[in-house]
Amino acid sequence: MPIWLQRQKYLIDFTLSSLLRRRGKNAGLLLVYTLIVFVLASVMLFTHALRNEAVHVLANAPEIVLQRMVAGRHDLVPAAYLDRIGEIRGVQKKAGRLWGYFYDPAVRANYTLMVPATEPPASGDAVIGAGIARSRGLAVGDFVTWRGSDGQPRTLRVARLLDGDSELVSSDLVLVAEDFFRGFFGIPAGQYTDLALSVRNPREVRKIAEKLALLLPDTRPILREEILRTYDAIFAWRQGIVYVLLIGAVLAFVVFAWDKASGLSAEERREIGILKAVGWETGDVIRMKFWEGAIVSLTAFLLGHLAAYVHVFFADAALFEPVLKGWAVLYPHFQLTPTIDGLQLATLFFFTVFPYTVATIVPIWRAAITDPDTVMR
Amino acid sequence: MIELRDVRKVFNQGRPNEFWAIRGVSLSLEANRVTVLKGPSGSGKTTLLSMIGCLARPTEGRILFEDRLLSGLPERFLTEVRRRTFGFIFQQFNLIKGLSVLENVMLPAYPLGGPRHALEAGARRLLAQFGLADKAAYRAEWLSGGEAQRTAICRALINGPQVLIADEPTANLDTALSRDFMRIVGELKAAGKTVLLTSHDPEVYDAPQVDRVIEMRDGRVVGG
Amino acid sequence: MLLNPAILALLAVSAVVTVLMAMAAAFAVRVLQHWDIGSGSERQLRLERRTYLIATLVAFSFAAEIVSLLLFVYNAEAMHTQFVGAMCATGVLNANAWGWPALFLKIAAFFAGAVWLTLNRLDNQGWDYPLIRLKYGALLGIAPLVAAGALAQAEYFLNLQPDVITSCCGALFSPDSAGVAGEVAGLAPRDAAIALAGSGALVLGAGLWLHRRGTGGLAFAGAGTLAFVVALAGVVSLIALYVYEHPHHHCPFCILKPGHDHVGYWLYLPLFAATAFALGAAVVSPWRHVASLARVVPGETRRLTRLALLGFAAFYAIAAWAIATSNLHMLDVWW
Repeated sequence: MPIWLQRQKYLIDFTLSSLLRRRGKNAGLLLVYTLIVFVLASVMLFTHALRNEAVHVLANAPEIVLQRMVAGRHDLVPAAYLDRIGEIRGVQKKAGRLWGYFYDPAVRANYTLMVPATEPPASGDAVIGAGIARSRGLAVGDFVTWRGSDGQPRTLRVARLLDGDSELVSSDLVLVAEDFFRGFFGIPAGQYTDLALSVRNPREVRKIAEKLALLLPDTRPILREEILRTYDAIFAWRQGIVYVLLIGAVLAFVVFAWDKASGLSAEERREIGILKAVGWETGDVIRMKFWEGAIVSLTAFLLGHLAAYVHVFFADAALFEPVLKGWAVLYPHFQLTPTIDGLQLATLFFFTVFPYTVATIVPIWRAAITDPDTVMR
Repeated sequence: MIELRDVRKVFNQGRPNEFWAIRGVSLSLEANRVTVLKGPSGSGKTTLLSMIGCLARPTEGRILFEDRLLSGLPERFLTEVRRRTFGFIFQQFNLIKGLSVLENVMLPAYPLGGPRHALEAGARRLLAQFGLADKAAYRAEWLSGGEAQRTAICRALINGPQVLIADEPTANLDTALSRDFMRIVGELKAAGKTVLLTSHDPEVYDAPQVDRVIEMRDGRVVGG
Repeated sequence: MLLNPAILALLAVSAVVTVLMAMAAAFAVRVLQHWDIGSGSERQLRLERRTYLIATLVAFSFAAEIVSLLLFVYNAEAMHTQFVGAMCATGVLNANAWGWPALFLKIAAFFAGAVWLTLNRLDNQGWDYPLIRLKYGALLGIAPLVAAGALAQAEYFLNLQPDVITSCCGALFSPDSAGVAGEVAGLAPRDAAIALAGSGALVLGAGLWLHRRGTGGLAFAGAGTLAFVVALAGVVSLIALYVYEHPHHHCPFCILKPGHDHVGYWLYLPLFAATAFALGAAVVSPWRHVASLARVVPGETRRLTRLALLGFAAFYAIAAWAIATSNLHMLDVWW
C-alpha cells in the first residue's frame, strides 16, 4: 500500500479514537450540525418533491389554454371561436372547457366545479374530491344542495369520490354534467369558460400561440410550458426565501463550530504538543484535524439527510407545510414521491459542510502550530 | 557527533519581557556516550536540550549533526530528522491518556506510513524487552510511574533513533526506580546509542554510567 | 430569481473563496518583503508557520472551486426550463453576456490552483524553500483571477431574467429565433477531427520527449493547452454529435446527463486532469539545477508527465470509442 495511503489510515485511526475519547463535546457539535442539515435538507426535499409533483400533474394538461379577455378580465369564450381556430395547422385537438369556482358558505371554502371532457357524470350526479368529502362529511350516495347563481337551490347526488392519489389537484374538485353546470352558473349554451388546445409538436406551440393572438385578438393563450416555468420559479423562490431566513441559523452554527474548534481544552493542547514532540509535523496535525472535521461532517450530513427524508416523506413535512404549500382552507393529503438528485446534494453540501470547514480552518491551523517544545516546559 | 557553535536563543523578542535563555553556547558531544546537563532551574538546560533534539530552532548560531547543518532547516525537515534520529523521554512522561500502551508506543511512527503489522511487531518487541509485554492493552493512565517511564522509553525507541534525549527523567521516580532507569541507560549505551540527559538529581549525574557532566548557569556553560 | 438556493450557494462560495485568496495574497506580500530562511528570528518562524495556513487555504479554495464548477453546470442545466428557448445548460449560459466568461474564468482558476499546488508541493521538498518567492508572487496573480471569476458569476446571476408569466395580459414572449437557443457554433466535423489528431500527436510527442529527456517542459505545457482547447472544440463540433446521434446538437453539457451514460464525465475528467498535470509538469521541470530540489525534480517531472499522458490518451480513446459505437453514420456526408 502506498505510503501516503497508509499514513492517512493511521491518521484516521487516531482521529476516530480521539473523537470517541471526547464524546461529550463532539456529541454536542454533531447534534447541532445534524439539526442544521436536517432543516435545510427537509426544505430542499419538500420543494423538490412538490415541484416534481406539479410537473407530473401538468404533463397531461393541454399545451395551450385560450382565454378571452374583456377589459383585462377573464370572460367567457363563444363557441364560434372553435371554428375559427379550425384552420390553424398543428392543432391536434380543440375543445371548449367548462369550469368555475363556487364558494360554499357552510365550510367557507372554494370549490372548483368542472365538466370533464371524458365520462361526465349523469345529470344530477356529482363526483367530488376527497377534501370536500372530508370537510362536509359526504359519502357515496349522499345528497348535497347548493344555491346557484339564480338563487335557486340545486341538489346533487354524490356518485363517486375522486381517488386519493390525485388529491393534490382534485381535493377541491366537483365534477358535474354540462346541463347542471350551465344551469347552476347561468352560462348560456354556445359559451365556454376557456378553450383547451393540444399541439403535437412542442416546437410549434409558440408559433401557434402567435397565430392565435393574431386570429383572435381579444384572447390570450396560456402555454403549459409557461406554467411550468412559473411553478419552477415560484418553488425555487419559496425555497430560497426559507433558506435566506435560515441563514441566521447557519451563521450561528458557523460561530458555534469556530468556537468549538478554537476552544481546545488544556488536555487537547497537551495532546497536540505531545504529537508534535514525538515527531508529528504541523502538516500531519492539520491533516488529522481535517479528518476529524470530515468524519463529523459526513456523519451529520448522512444523519441529517436521513432524518429529513423520513420527515418529508413519512411525516408529511409537518414543520414546513404552511410556508411552502401556500394558504388554503382545504389542505389536500397526498403522498410525495421521494426524489434526490446531485444538484440538491451539492447545494446542501455548500450550505452546511462548506461553512463548517471554513469556520474551522484557522482554529485547526492555530492548534497545529503549537510549538513542540511546549511539552518540555 | 553533535556540534553547537555560539548558539543563542531568545523568547519574546522585541517585547518588554524579552528573555535570552541561551547566551552563546559552544559544545561538542561525542557519539555513544552518556552526557548529563546539570544546573539549577532557569539555567537553560531544557532549552538547550530541545534545540539539540530539533524541537526548536536557535535564534543565532549553528547546530550540526554529523556535519550536517540543522539549525537553518524549516520545520518539515527538522521534524523528519528528529523522527529518525532522536528519541525523547519527557519529565512528565507525556503519554496520551485514553490510548493503550501499544498505541502510545506506535504513535511516533504514524506519519512515516509504514506497514502496520511490521510496526506493531516492532512495538511489541520493544515492550517485551522492557518487561511490558503483558501490559500492551492497558490504558496509559492505569500504569504506575515506573511502567509509564518504560513505556515512554519504548516510544522513544520505536523509530530506531541514534540519540536518546531525556529531560529530568527521574524527577517523578523514587530512588530504586531512578537506579533502574540509569541501568537501562547503561544498556542503551552498550547497544550503541548516544544518551543526553538533564537533571539536578545526584542519582543521575553521579551515576557510574555517565561519561560527561556539563554544568550550566544563566544560559551559559560553566563547566564540563 | 436570485433566491434559488443553488445560486445563493454559488455566490456565497465564490465570495468566501475570494476573501480567502485575498488573505493569501496579503500574506504573500509579507513573505516577499521579509522572508529569510537563514534567520532564526521569531518573525521568520511566524512566517514559516503561516505558510501552512496559506497552503491549506489555497488547497481548500481549489477543492471548493472544483465542486462549485460542477454545481454551476448542474444548476444551469436545472434552470433551463425558466428561459424561453433554452433546451439545456447551453441556453442558460447564453442568457446574458456574462455566462460563458464566468465559466471560462472558473476553469482558468481551476488550472491556476492546480499549478500553484503542484509548485507548492515541489517547494516543500527543498530544505530551503527555494521557490517561495516565485510561489507567493504567483499568488498575487491568482487572487485577482479568482476575484474576476466571482465577479463575472455574480454579474451573470444578477442579470438573469427568467421568462415567467409576469402580467395577466402579456403571456407571449418574443419569437424564439432571437432567444437563448442552445446552438454553440462548431467547426466542420472533418476539420475538428484533423485538429484533434494533430494536437493529440503533438501533446503525446512532447510528453514523451519530456519524460525521456527532462527538457521541453514549456513545449509540453503549450502542447497541452492547445490540446485542451482543441479537445473542447472537438467535443462540441464532433464528439457530441456522435454521442447524441444528431448532426446538429452541439451542446457540451448534455453529454453529462444520465441519458448518455454520463459519458461527458469520462471525457472531461481525464481531459481536465491531463491538462492540469501537463501544466504541473511544465512548472516543475525547469528547477533541476536548484541544489535542494535536484534530487526530486526529475522524479516529479516524470510522474506528472506520465499522469498527463495517461489522461490525454484516455480522452482520445474514449472519444474514439464514443464515435465508433455511435449509431450515427456520416460516412459520405462528412468524410
